[in-house]
Amino acid sequence: MKYRSNWKWAVAALVMVATVADMGCKKKAVDPFPAPGAVADWQKTSETRVFAAKDLWQYIDGDAEQYISAGVVSTSTSDYKYKGELEATVDVYTMGDAAGARKILESGQSSDAKVVQLGDAGVAYAQSVIFRKGPYLVRIVAFESSPDAPQALLALAHGVEAKL
Amino acid sequence: MESRRDFLKTAATGALVLGSQSKLGLAAALDQHAQIGKSKVVIARDASLHGTGAQPDEKRVQDLLDRATAAYTDRDHPVEAWKRIVRADKVVGLKVNGLGGKGVSTHLSLILAICERLQQAGIKPGNIVIWDRNARDLEACGLTLNTDPSRIRVYGNDVAGYEEQSVTWGSTSVKLAKILSRECDMVIGLPILKDHSMSGVTFAMKNMFGVVERPQELHGGGCNPGVADINCIPTIRDKVRFTIGDAMTSVYDGGPGFHPERLWRPNALIVGEDRVAVDHTAWQMLERKRAEVGMPTFEAAGRPPRYIATAADAAHRLGTNDPQRMHLMEI
Repeated sequence: MKYRSNWKWAVAALVMVATVADMGCKKKAVDPFPAPGAVADWQKTSETRVFAAKDLWQYIDGDAEQYISAGVVSTSTSDYKYKGELEATVDVYTMGDAAGARKILESGQSSDAKVVQLGDAGVAYAQSVIFRKGPYLVRIVAFESSPDAPQALLALAHGVEAKL
Repeated sequence: MESRRDFLKTAATGALVLGSQSKLGLAAALDQHAQIGKSKVVIARDASLHGTGAQPDEKRVQDLLDRATAAYTDRDHPVEAWKRIVRADKVVGLKVNGLGGKGVSTHLSLILAICERLQQAGIKPGNIVIWDRNARDLEACGLTLNTDPSRIRVYGNDVAGYEEQSVTWGSTSVKLAKILSRECDMVIGLPILKDHSMSGVTFAMKNMFGVVERPQELHGGGCNPGVADINCIPTIRDKVRFTIGDAMTSVYDGGPGFHPERLWRPNALIVGEDRVAVDHTAWQMLERKRAEVGMPTFEAAGRPPRYIATAADAAHRLGTNDPQRMHLMEI
């Protein structure tokens, strides 16, 4: 009789632990994209599009494989415009873990990368900023060069980082 | 009845149309090249194409296109050149490439320049179809969607759809885009020169990944033999007859997406009928750039474009990758 009672308590405890663990493992839904005007002179100009890993080829066919092999879970992307002129795209890759984000960041660097203080690590070029924070890998690319671009992109990157 | 002498005379002047070439233009040019037994490829350059702006100068792009087609067809007047390439009663598809996004997609100025010459050569606006995988890709090229058949049509496979039945060639089994299979009599490929993370190089033949459903299934083995195999599918092989390759802007590493830190402006067009020779030429151009900036060869980087040799092999016979069998004109 006592044995049966202990067994019930054990099952109940297991269910409780499993429930808590499940809740803890679920990532909070993150909207990493700064609202229009939230970062000075930047406007969000498109809807956010989200691609699951299996559909990533629809967005970056050919590039998708390297993200998939690094454990990408989903990718979100939005377009922005700076002072109504400079167009940029913000891609946020949600990886399975921080190691995946690190792998992508480190594999894509070239010698002219400038290290910047963003998230866990980041680099900047004349027309792009790439950084990682936890499982997130963020890539911001401007389509044209301009004297303002490096600082403007960095400001937008900080805006994204603050939302991660 | 035509005598043998008349027959040979006609052939020698390039007016004879042979085999499948008779369906479309290009017959004369093909015949002339056949006489020297080499595949002609023209690289036309203009070092001042971009000036100080981010986009190439429209007038200079038109001039560059005219020089390239004139050199290719041995005609002085651009409209006469285009009459050798297309026939007025045909529906001509322009397969652009907007996969890389706004920064590295087929340039709008080139597309518009071609459309202008096509119309001057007698093609009705509604018989020109500019297409790619989807609306996003087309918009990345700066195009506005249009399905009105009285004007130049611009829409993607996402609108027109794919055939129900798969076609198989070699290792590949794919569903073709209906724009290719049903709407176009002839297609001119307008790829943009890029590095590719798996295939090494993406240009003329790889651009055909955009005319099939689920191209991601062809990426295995560095896209080899996927690229060569789909180009052997009769509809693709027969209809995609000419390449006007956009090498005005390129990425020499990090492709096929837009990586501005690896952006490069070759300021060139690469033109030809032999898609293998065109791709081989483009590959060498990328290798030279990578060497110039101290980057490893594609072989050393672990992604040589092996599909180019495959496309030239005895099983595929899509063209030549042997420089000795190419007639390369650099202007």
